[in-house]
Amino acid sequence: MKVGLFIPCYIDQFYPQVGIATLEVLEKLGMDVSYPLNQTCCGQPMANSGFAGLTKGCNANFIENFKGIDYVVSPSGSCVLHIKEHLHSAENKEQAEFLQHQTFELCEFLTDILKVEKINATFEHRVGFHNSCHGQRMLGLSSMSEKVGERFSKPLSLLKQVKGLELAELNRNDECCGFGGTFCVTEEAVSVKMGKDRVADHLSKKVEYITGGDMSCLMHLEGILKRQKSEVKIIHIAEILNSK
Amino acid sequence: MKTHSQASDIFNQDEPRVDWHDESLWFIRQKRDKAAFAIPEWENLRDIASQIKENVLANMDTYLLEFEEKAQQNGIQIHWAADAEEHNQLVLQILQKHGFKKMVKSKSMLTEECHLNPFLEKNGIEVIDTDLGERIVQLRNEPPSHIVLPAIHLKKQDVGDTFHEHLGTEKGASDPQYLTEAARQHLREKFIAADLALTGVNFAIAETGGFVVCTNEGNADMGAHLAKVHIACMGFEKIIPKAENLGVFLRLLARSATGQPVTTYSSHFQKPRAGQEMHVIIVDNGRSTQLGREDFRSSLKCIRCGACMNTCPVYRRSGGHSYHSAVAGPIGIILAPNLDMKKNKDLPFASTLCGSCTNVCPVKINIHEQIWKWRQEVINEGYAGFEKTQGIKLMNTVLSNPKIYRFAGKMGRQTMRFAPFLVNNSLNKWFKNREMPAPPKESFREWYLKNRNNNKNEQ
Ligand code: SF4
Repeated sequence: MKVGLFIPCYIDQFYPQVGIATLEVLEKLGMDVSYPLNQTCCGQPMANSGFAGLTKGCNANFIENFKGIDYVVSPSGSCVLHIKEHLHSAENKEQAEFLQHQTFELCEFLTDILKVEKINATFEHRVGFHNSCHGQRMLGLSSMSEKVGERFSKPLSLLKQVKGLELAELNRNDECCGFGGTFCVTEEAVSVKMGKDRVADHLSKKVEYITGGDMSCLMHLEGILKRQKSEVKIIHIAEILNSK
Repeated sequence: MKTHSQASDIFNQDEPRVDWHDESLWFIRQKRDKAAFAIPEWENLRDIASQIKENVLANMDTYLLEFEEKAQQNGIQIHWAADAEEHNQLVLQILQKHGFKKMVKSKSMLTEECHLNPFLEKNGIEVIDTDLGERIVQLRNEPPSHIVLPAIHLKKQDVGDTFHEHLGTEKGASDPQYLTEAARQHLREKFIAADLALTGVNFAIAETGGFVVCTNEGNADMGAHLAKVHIACMGFEKIIPKAENLGVFLRLLARSATGQPVTTYSSHFQKPRAGQEMHVIIVDNGRSTQLGREDFRSSLKCIRCGACMNTCPVYRRSGGHSYHSAVAGPIGIILAPNLDMKKNKDLPFASTLCGSCTNVCPVKINIHEQIWKWRQEVINEGYAGFEKTQGIKLMNTVLSNPKIYRFAGKMGRQTMRFAPFLVNNSLNKWFKNREMPAPPKESFREWYLKNRNNNKNEQ
């Protein structure tokens, strides 16, 4: 099984450690992982700003990079969602459809494809989990508070396998953090207020770390934590799953 | 007019008030959750409701004509209004025909959409909103900020001040029971004096020609039963095929709206009582255009429960007035650009696309997907502005070209200039209340080249 690692642009540039953790988690599970070197971005920043018409270049580049790969895995629910919903190609229809189908968010790949039941990781800290909306509501990584039905969570099922990790219960388990792509600057006031409220919920539960599957949400929360000079840190779930 | 973003900026200057607004609405969202979770077949009900409405949208003309015929047989007079203007004229004509000067009105978002009150007032008619929340905002000369809870943006002290000024209650009094009693006495006089009562319509039933109005205060009944003439106004999408469909919608409506099992009053109107005149005005006002927009037509399934507003994290922290449109919140975002895209071009961007709205919506409107699609429409219509367009084009050049991307990343990482969501030097906006991550010394790709790549390709 050939796994192609898709590292979204802002992780590549700002959070290389998340890419490294993702790669190492997959390698430890015996995967043949490669990182196609000419990848850039899924195209979401343009599309969500209303410029979906401009994303042909990103699409073509993505398709070209992940030729011959069985699964694309990425530590970002949001970018995976964009690929699944909006990767199109007039010239390469079949390959685009194949990739839409075969691109997975890291946690889901671990629970659903690799069926991981025992993670060899230790993280002795009190942790709050931030559900990213794209991962949760659109990719279906966990049940949501809006919908009546069975409760489940793929990322939490993985975190529960980590030795020493203590999980905090939040007051609002799945409220949006307010990042929202360009929303974070075009609607600065509301974006920040949403982020502050999310942070406050975690802080009230005395967490040491806030984790999640989407670095963009975490970057926003980190920005607020740092401005508040808080000791609480953010950490991507891949880093926890990779910790010894 | 302020954009949503500008108005929210002002709204957020009073943070404790934002917290209070957010908590009030979240409380209602939680009541909704409790009510929904008490019904194991909830998701199934949503499915059925959605399908009934889809059927209505596909057969709108048939059902409307059936309704007209049956209603006329029952002695109701039916009028058709192509737009707000025609609707307002029709109401005025009925008033003038009888020489009436005083009218009471129960909640109707349609009349807000049509700006009926100012129109009638200009023509010498006294219009009194009889829903308590609507009366409060009417006295303050404000529009409602929420379709179900028109005065949710006001604290009881605000209401106390308003009533002191207009109804003569004691200065500083804010006891809800005292204030409600004062409103009651005040409204009672208005009810008795009114010649005509106008109500909204929650459901119009094609099969029977009757209609249902849901209120918690009984003010629709009070008005309609006392007045000599009753006018009910409805957007044409309020039609449902059969009376038995009410079993689905009434269960969903109140639970979604406030967490109540059913509204206190679900009043069924079938025909005028002896000596009374009953009119129904069926309004288009852009609805047939929306019906013709394939991507957006399902917004017409809306039953105006307000659940999408209560759940929306942006609405809760920006307030209904920031949407500068009769219907605020997520549903307002997808309805308003249909009426006036230029005026409402900012609204589709007043969302994080978190998708909570779509999943509480009792009729399963894919609200957040429509918000995304409206963004594309707004941009395709050329409303982005030169600066933003250039910014996005530049960003696209960077992000679709591996070499430029790597160069920009290397340069930008250190100065924090590289971040795809910070279009056009919006860096200041990020930094106003947040820090950026500390720049790492190398990108993931650079690390990978050193540590893993057996150097098959590329530098
Ligand atoms: S869109 Fe759905 S949730 Fe929002 S008001 Fe309409 S019916 Fe209710």
